[in-house]
Amino acid sequence: MISQTPTEVTGPTSTSSRVTRVLGFLALVSLGVLVLFGLILSPPDASQGEAVRIMYIHVPSATVAYLGCFLTTIGSIVYLWRKSQWWELVAYAGAEVATLFTVITLVTGMLWGRPTWGVYWVWDARLTSTAMLLLLLLGYLAVRRLPADYEVRAKRAAIVGLLLVPNVMIVRKSVDWWRTLHQKPTLLANGLDSKIEGLMLFSLFTGFIAISLVFGWLIVHRFRLAWLEEQVESEGLDLAIAERRAEALVGEVAP
Amino acid sequence: MIHDAFLVAGKDLRLEWRSRVALNQVAPFALLVLVLFAFALDPDRGLLEKATPGLYWVAVLFSGLLALQRSFSIESADGNRDALRLSGLDPAGIFLGKVMAVGVQLLALEILLGIGVAVLYTTPITGWILLLVTAMVATVAIAAAGTLYGVVAAGLRVRETLLPLLLLPVLAPVLIGSTRAFEAALGGTPSEGWPWVGLMGVIAVLYIVAGVFGFGPLMEES
Repeated sequence: MISQTPTEVTGPTSTSSRVTRVLGFLALVSLGVLVLFGLILSPPDASQGEAVRIMYIHVPSATVAYLGCFLTTIGSIVYLWRKSQWWELVAYAGAEVATLFTVITLVTGMLWGRPTWGVYWVWDARLTSTAMLLLLLLGYLAVRRLPADYEVRAKRAAIVGLLLVPNVMIVRKSVDWWRTLHQKPTLLANGLDSKIEGLMLFSLFTGFIAISLVFGWLIVHRFRLAWLEEQVESEGLDLAIAERRAEALVGEVAP
Repeated sequence: MIHDAFLVAGKDLRLEWRSRVALNQVAPFALLVLVLFAFALDPDRGLLEKATPGLYWVAVLFSGLLALQRSFSIESADGNRDALRLSGLDPAGIFLGKVMAVGVQLLALEILLGIGVAVLYTTPITGWILLLVTAMVATVAIAAAGTLYGVVAAGLRVRETLLPLLLLPVLAPVLIGSTRAFEAALGGTPSEGWPWVGLMGVIAVLYIVAGVFGFGPLMEES
């Protein structure tokens, strides 16, 4: 159902380009700046001590994970509407990178929870809805990686991807109600209120820039890799068909 | 569309009635889950009665999954998928018909499980109106979401394992909502339950809309 065959479409021919090399360099530099400000220059928090430094990577990771989900849903919508393979692969790249950052969010969150709350896990609204987000993303990836034809995988995954953001919103809402109707407002709130020191705010800002650059770099590369994979697959099929045809011709000539 | 829906629902329910799979296998499984909960949570400690709403809806979800798997395995045999596609029925109608058939089976399961918890867990039943409305809305939400994800997983070798992974996270809000609404009804504070019914209504509408528009493209593919 793809309107253009892959050979006619202009796409990336390699996973690297000058723009992404610059992007990668900037991502590395900003990660270095983040380490400098996050671990060395910013002061420890009055109530949380050194543990607050996890925030500089935890909060930006959560943000870009949601960004990846939006990419998946938008890509899925455009694929279903226009049958554009390009957007389908954007959706796939978005979901994979979002999964990575959701895992980072959960792991850093749990590591942050241990010193501040004394346990790795509490049934807090945000933790629970992030865990559900991970499961929803794993469901999408399971469909996208089905052992089936590209068409079948892509279309079914697109339906799941289309519903990803609505589902995330509903799950968040329900988990929020589930917790707030039964216990006091979330424990996390005290880590993120508006009384953040100037240098800490700057470190968090650096974290946002560094994680966003890494996110962008990963998305572009994952997209290019998926594109090239699909190219190889369809080229391999063409080659195999040509070979079988050649065999048939040989068979006709022989007595 | 509505006419086609009734045709498909009638066909599915007739199939179930004649094959007796739901009656002979899914319904006993549902009761089995109730008994297993009693083994897991000692019946003497009063935990069962306290946890009734949650256990009830988990049992509904698990046995509903079986009914859903069944609803799509009857379509995958003997090239039925192609036959359905060639039948000229409106895809939206096929979707709604499947939702209706699954919904009717779920309601039957819920009645059975309701009697089960009332008898086995000796839970006193109060707040009838909220209980009934919650059951109706949750059933529509489970049937609609289950049918949509059922067709996503249908016809694949991995469908038995894929459907629960796709469906259960999506139905988590329905589980939370229906459990809280039942707790409110049984606890004598029905006003706390109604917002949850609203949330489940939103989910039901979302999945019916998504199914009506998404079923066509999903049926088209080879």
